[in-house]
Amino acid sequence: MYRYDQYDHAMLEDRVAQFRRQTDRYLAGELREDEFLPLRLQNGLYIQRHAPMLRVAVPYGLLSSAQLRMLAHIARRYDKGYAHFSTRQNVQFNWPELERVPDILADLASVEMHAIQTSGNCIRNITSDQFAGVAADEEVDPRPYCELLRQWSTFHPEFAYLPRKFKIAVNGARADRAAVQVHDIGIYLKPGKNGEPRASVLVGGGLGRTPAIGVCIREDLPVADLLTYLDAILRVYNRYGDRKNKYKARIKILVRALGAEKFAAMVEDEWQYMKGNQATLTNEEIDRVRGFFHDPEYASLPATCTALEQRISSDKTFAAWYQRNTHPHKQDGYRSVTLSLKETGEAPGDCTDRQMDAIADLADAFSFGEARVSHEQNMILADVRLDALEALYEQALAQRFVTPNIGLLTNIICCPGGDFCSLSNAKSIPVAESIQRRFEDLDYLFDIGELDLNISGCMNACGHHHVGHIGVLGVDKRGEEWYQLKLGGHSGLDASLGDILGPSFSREEVTDVIERIVQLYLEQRQDPSERFLDTYRRIGMEPFKERVYAKNH
Amino acid sequence: MPRIIKNGAVVEDDWQLLAADVALADLPDGKIIVPLALWLAEHGAQQSRAEATGIWLDGEEEPAPLADHVSSLPLIAINFPEFKDGRGYSLARILRDRMGFTGELRAIGDVLQDQLFYLKRCGFDSFCIRADRDPEQALESLSDFRETYQAATDNPVPLFRRRAG
Repeated sequence: MYRYDQYDHAMLEDRVAQFRRQTDRYLAGELREDEFLPLRLQNGLYIQRHAPMLRVAVPYGLLSSAQLRMLAHIARRYDKGYAHFSTRQNVQFNWPELERVPDILADLASVEMHAIQTSGNCIRNITSDQFAGVAADEEVDPRPYCELLRQWSTFHPEFAYLPRKFKIAVNGARADRAAVQVHDIGIYLKPGKNGEPRASVLVGGGLGRTPAIGVCIREDLPVADLLTYLDAILRVYNRYGDRKNKYKARIKILVRALGAEKFAAMVEDEWQYMKGNQATLTNEEIDRVRGFFHDPEYASLPATCTALEQRISSDKTFAAWYQRNTHPHKQDGYRSVTLSLKETGEAPGDCTDRQMDAIADLADAFSFGEARVSHEQNMILADVRLDALEALYEQALAQRFVTPNIGLLTNIICCPGGDFCSLSNAKSIPVAESIQRRFEDLDYLFDIGELDLNISGCMNACGHHHVGHIGVLGVDKRGEEWYQLKLGGHSGLDASLGDILGPSFSREEVTDVIERIVQLYLEQRQDPSERFLDTYRRIGMEPFKERVYAKNH
Repeated sequence: MPRIIKNGAVVEDDWQLLAADVALADLPDGKIIVPLALWLAEHGAQQSRAEATGIWLDGEEEPAPLADHVSSLPLIAINFPEFKDGRGYSLARILRDRMGFTGELRAIGDVLQDQLFYLKRCGFDSFCIRADRDPEQALESLSDFRETYQAATDNPVPLFRRRAG
């Protein structure tokens, strides 16, 4: 992974010192609340329901074991012994004290971490495929480009006060695991001639109140031009994005208002003045950054492992875990393992200090000292030998990381919701738990097959409900918590936004309704290989509506 | 005389900033900063005092009509109606990088200490700090960071080219 040099360290130290001074001035009454607000937000600090919330950046989801141990330390020392991994591959602490945040930032800086631009109306953490660099279906390793974008966007002087937050995702595999099409800018990397990757650039995707699928405005962009082209997009957005109404301020609204063609032409016009300037990436720089992401020293191993196969054929529980929670690796003799943070009864994405330490130990023992965060709020060990999977399984079992539900209904993406978040309309964690309990039976869960169920506690859609095959949205009805359902959303290459099922439900009803939806799917699917999403796309909303809203259920 | 930050120091300033609704007949003597619209309408008649006339514009105003004049303008000021309105940063870079303006580029309006570093990077070289704040204290934030990653107006050479050097 990327390692800081003296320049990165100097900037991070300066940032910590700057925020300490700003916090002191705020506490001394020299900075007004509204003046301090964007400064603390650009250091990840929210004022939440119970206390401040500090969001720490995990650039494109990569963590070293040393960084994980520091997160565990922070959870213990400054918080209540746990942290929350978010849908943006970041990590959040729910209970820090404002006065101690500068100390937390100093601790983070000691392991090359920070909370820079994890909130506020600026370019946020770059997100990517959790299997970047190791997936069998990868065409271009997105990590070097994510790092180049991280450096470009960090303290970008022109784009620190955008109309609204700005999210960029990058994907380089045949499957899109980064939800690229629902980001302000989405980038697909593809192999080009002479080995130089090319980028397809999408703009105007997003979730929130007005969900939209991004539109491709540039195909075949040489990666050397990535930074200048993004400068041009951001400049057009910064100048013309709506600043009067925060609900119309995202780039998706501007792209829609102008039309994608007009928007693309404006970007192209701006780009003519930047193209080829010194911000154009050099081969030396691309190679330098690629050097941080070279393969670890993989052992030469056979593509299969007899002992593992025997275990799979003899142990149904282990086989279920292997099937769902491990992922094909590009290197013979290796798999990537997802440690599920979705055990029933635990808030999705939450992790205790002990669990974080345990993941660090597992990473050191089994995966070259690195771990990743997925946008589905799980942890990944990317490089595990097939012949070590059984040993890893036993240790992960002891830490309750082996719920075999990746890709299945109970791997729920869920925002912190009304239990923590002050924006929220409704609780989301108890809804997730109720659904997980209903579908706990593994045979039933596996029979249902691939199904993404996403829950957001409000319109801001942190739980990605618009792109869940089944999406649940918490709404406020005259002070009461209700839940609206959506069907047919998807965040892959064939991304789609879910359709609203109909009138909303009380919390007590939600799980029953989801079971009815699932029952109808099981009755209607042509065969077990037809996924829920496929069936929905084939038969449409009506049958689901009839089933759910029919009397006598 | 108000004090502003200019070229990294607090100095007395003798430019008079005129309001958006100022009329041609009311222009005072001395060095004046007039709103863009007035200047566009009347600069032909004001040739004699061109060296003492600067322009100010708001973030949403288009700088294109200034293209033929930037080389002779002594000062352009960009107004920040509130510090969170970031349009002025892009406007500054367009004036500097694209249109080649080399005169004094001044930030006016809701200009505060904590934005100075980024403003400087976008090509501003003078800052009229909001009247209720001390420009002397604000000065320190011009050097909040020793290093920067990306190319900008103050240094078009990004870190990666300097790292390589």
